[in-house]
Amino acid sequence: MSGFKIVILPTDALVYLLVAIIVLTVWYVRRKEHLLAPWQRVAQSPSGMVGLTVLLMFVMIGLLDSLHYRERLPTTESSQPVYAVEVLSMLDFTLKPLRIHGEKTYSAPLATHGYAKETVTLPGGGEQREFPRLVYGGAQLADVERDYGTDIARRTLAGIVGGVAVWLVAVGLFTAAMARYCRVATREMWRQVWRDETAVPWRVVWLTLFPLFVFSAAACALAGGYHVLGTDKVGQDVLYEALKSIRTALVIGTLTTLLMVPFAIAFGITAGYFGGWIDDLIQYVYTTLNSIPSVLLIVASVLMMQVYIDTHADIFPTAVQRADVKLLVLCAILGLTNWTDLCRLLRGETLKLRELEYIQAAHAFGVRDIRIITRHILPNAMYLVLISTVMAFSSLVLAEAVLSYIGVGVDPSMYSYGTMINGARLEMARDPMVWWSLATAFVFMVTLVLAANLFADSVRDAFDPRVRTRPTLIRKPA
Amino acid sequence: MIAYLVRRLLYAIPILVGVNVITFGLFFMVNTPDDMARMQLGIKHVTPEAIEGWKHEHGYDKPLFYHRDAVGFDKVSDTIFYQKSLRMFVFDFGAADDGRDIEHEIGKRMWPSFAIALPAFLVGLLIYITCALGFALFRATYIDFWGVILCVVAMSISAMFYIIGGQYVISKLWHLVPISGYAGTVGDALRFLLLPVTIGIVGGFGASVRLYRTFFLEEMGKDYVRTARAKGLSEGVILFRHVLNNALIPILTTVVVAIPTLFLGSLLTESFFGIPGLGSYTIDAISMQDFSIVRAMVFIGSLLYIAGLMLTDISYTLVDPRVRFS
Repeated sequence: MSGFKIVILPTDALVYLLVAIIVLTVWYVRRKEHLLAPWQRVAQSPSGMVGLTVLLMFVMIGLLDSLHYRERLPTTESSQPVYAVEVLSMLDFTLKPLRIHGEKTYSAPLATHGYAKETVTLPGGGEQREFPRLVYGGAQLADVERDYGTDIARRTLAGIVGGVAVWLVAVGLFTAAMARYCRVATREMWRQVWRDETAVPWRVVWLTLFPLFVFSAAACALAGGYHVLGTDKVGQDVLYEALKSIRTALVIGTLTTLLMVPFAIAFGITAGYFGGWIDDLIQYVYTTLNSIPSVLLIVASVLMMQVYIDTHADIFPTAVQRADVKLLVLCAILGLTNWTDLCRLLRGETLKLRELEYIQAAHAFGVRDIRIITRHILPNAMYLVLISTVMAFSSLVLAEAVLSYIGVGVDPSMYSYGTMINGARLEMARDPMVWWSLATAFVFMVTLVLAANLFADSVRDAFDPRVRTRPTLIRKPA
Repeated sequence: MIAYLVRRLLYAIPILVGVNVITFGLFFMVNTPDDMARMQLGIKHVTPEAIEGWKHEHGYDKPLFYHRDAVGFDKVSDTIFYQKSLRMFVFDFGAADDGRDIEHEIGKRMWPSFAIALPAFLVGLLIYITCALGFALFRATYIDFWGVILCVVAMSISAMFYIIGGQYVISKLWHLVPISGYAGTVGDALRFLLLPVTIGIVGGFGASVRLYRTFFLEEMGKDYVRTARAKGLSEGVILFRHVLNNALIPILTTVVVAIPTLFLGSLLTESFFGIPGLGSYTIDAISMQDFSIVRAMVFIGSLLYIAGLMLTDISYTLVDPRVRFS
């Protein structure tokens, strides 16, 4: 790479903002014991930690995919550097072989030959119908018949051994570091982790990471010579598509909430705190928005935005930027239909808090309204924001797939699980069936959503004062 | 009681007006009719005459709110707002882009949607409540533990995978029922409806059972249950006579609101199974960019939802005397 220009897409900027907010919150919470307590409960819940571990894996890939740049084209004569039109990300850079090694059309996972027969011209003249040899899948094999089995076995084994080795090193280093931090002997630390006696269930975390490490290492080893999960209709590697779709899912799941939370907080607390005609007006607005079935409201809004973007196509310099703005608009629209619930909850909570003695006392001391809201009401209602943020994530990821399927979701050029399913569905009727795109989308989506659900449950259990008093939702029987 | 219902009914009117204004703003003010015409006729190579022709054909060649040149009442009535938005209150939706009458189509298509949604709703409710009650009965045992895990996993699977999986296994591999389609006669319809109804029930299982289970558990933690136990009532009597009745109230609030919207059908199910209901009507309208149909569906949807809210209030007063007498 001779040079590059950093590109910050609108969603990238918001992703960085979100990361900054999270980092600041972590830094702030660490120093306040009363804020730390519920998080410690989350950290002590095994299902929550499993969810968090898997989520962090996805988030890492998503963040890698949020660092965009444009490559510098190799020019000699002009002194002005010229940059490629194509906007790439760090993930594209890491997965370069997967991205550029495309086939002509469908091929099954780990295949060496195409999926459908083609007419091939024989060397000595004449034609024959046969399965064409893939350009990249198994290209390193001299004799496919003889070497295929051993090559696959060798690569898989190497991947598994590598994965286990990396995992062991990670566990070893981490446990040693923990032993130093807790000032106990390394041996004692090992014993505690092994017997699951640590406060944070590290054993469960490592057990979750084990299959993740082994599978990714095996996939890496195999991806060097094959299309691990096959290729799609235009010959694009399915594994690459699935990894690229992670960012879309995460962006939809998080930015939607990021965009709507300020409105929900402002309207909800204002309505509850001031009451009177302000309350009536805000209640009227959200009841009205709420009475339009959300799917129909989303459909209508997205259709109108599409018309706007398509008739004003000249605003956006590149296709990627246009697709990105569409994604952001979709987040805003989903936020529009989602903020009403949080707003209603916040209003109710504010109504309750307003009557408490310490707020009355603040009033009596002559503290101004804005200060009462920011110092006393907002911090005490924040748990609602947090719970609804994590609870909304998984339903938003699922909604994205459905919306992309019915044609009002992300831009068709953007990788997402919805577009993957949509493309794969048309091939259901083929025989033999093209199942790999669908299966890949299924596995990735279920893993992501399940992890999010587990994490969300443990966050709610830890933060919701109503749940804390009743039996936890998932508890292993004694 | 009557006064309360009348008040609720009157409260629905400003909300419907609000919905109407929102849809009007969305469909006519975000994009001008010129932009819509350009979109419909293809972005490039559109003559101004073609745009005028399209606008005239669809009745968009009028001012938005106030017609300066018209006489008398026409100053208000010969406008897009009056013709397209206010007329919806008397269920006059005009014609779709293919020339067919929208209210006639809606009247015809709501029944297939209903035929799928109603059985899925009723049978589903029965199954969900039974399962939730079962998990609550066996709480803190392995049945409950694995049941909740099953629910969480089931919740994490997109509805599309249930449909695709069901179609593949039951129709394509086992050839039990047709993959998709719909028939008007009762005997045939049954064969076509079996799979979508079953998948509808399976798809909603996880979320509903888990929610109802928390309702039951919350109810079981209350003091009157402890009293009943202290009195020596058996666990079965407590569960079926007392807990079930009381837990039905929160279930009712989440469920009754959905009854009128059953007519709307589901976009996903209907498009996958090729059922000529309102869901597939909307999908077709989206792919053909027929905005008048989408507008009509938004209005109908809100109307049914508001009806659902009122039904919820009525059922509340019926089951909970505290509401009735307050």
